[in-house]
Amino acid sequence: MAATGSRSLPLTSEQDIVLARQAIRRAAQQIGFGIVDQTKIVTAASELTRNALLYGGGGTLEWDVVAENGRQGLRLTVIDHGPGIEDLTLAMKDGYTTGTGLGMGLPGAKRLVNEFKISSGPGAGTTVVVTRWK
Amino acid sequence: MERIPILKMGKFLLITIQIEMDDRVALQLQEDLAAQIEKTAARGVLLDISALEMVDSFIGRMIGNISATAQILGARTVVVGMQPAVAITLVELGLSMARVKTALNVERGMAMLTASEASEDGSDRE
Repeated sequence: MAATGSRSLPLTSEQDIVLARQAIRRAAQQIGFGIVDQTKIVTAASELTRNALLYGGGGTLEWDVVAENGRQGLRLTVIDHGPGIEDLTLAMKDGYTTGTGLGMGLPGAKRLVNEFKISSGPGAGTTVVVTRWK
Repeated sequence: MERIPILKMGKFLLITIQIEMDDRVALQLQEDLAAQIEKTAARGVLLDISALEMVDSFIGRMIGNISATAQILGARTVVVGMQPAVAITLVELGLSMARVKTALNVERGMAMLTASEASEDGSDRE
């Protein structure tokens, strides 16, 4: 998988969720995503960046245009250095939350993308990598 | 901070969301609307989200909360104008918004509110 032109955005306040949505919308438009694909990847970005802020104390969003077998996609990497997730299986369950949210963020974001990888552990922060193909 | 205006139209309140909603703006709208319903004794709320290009779980929950709060204060809420791509994404995300009344556009939403008002006049108020 070839990646070109990685870009990033710091996540330090709620306003950054809006900036993240705008940046991912532009990136998705630039590679010619249709309106439904745009909306899905932007919504996934919104969920994941909010999680990084609420549960990880902030972090970074990186995005790349990736290519594989002649198709293009958008890959997002959301990194936080928070307390990490103790039980990933539980965190991926619909409706589970340790905070005040709906528990929709991670499982919901997973349904909006084609590839979803999460790595986390107590004290190790959390990294989520998602890809949506055109 | 930006605020979303709430307009009074007869017995109803009209909210048109035309700015990019961050979480604080969404929470402020919930408070402002509750205050306006109390102040105006509005019987219905029309929430026009046609300019929203995305509804995530936070904004979806805000819409649900607005509807529930308005209901308790005696006003029906109809959410109008959701873009098709937003609706598709919302369902895939896992939010069905089953408890929220919706209509395709402002005109139909207004007709729903007017009809429910008319059916209540002459019968006992809830």
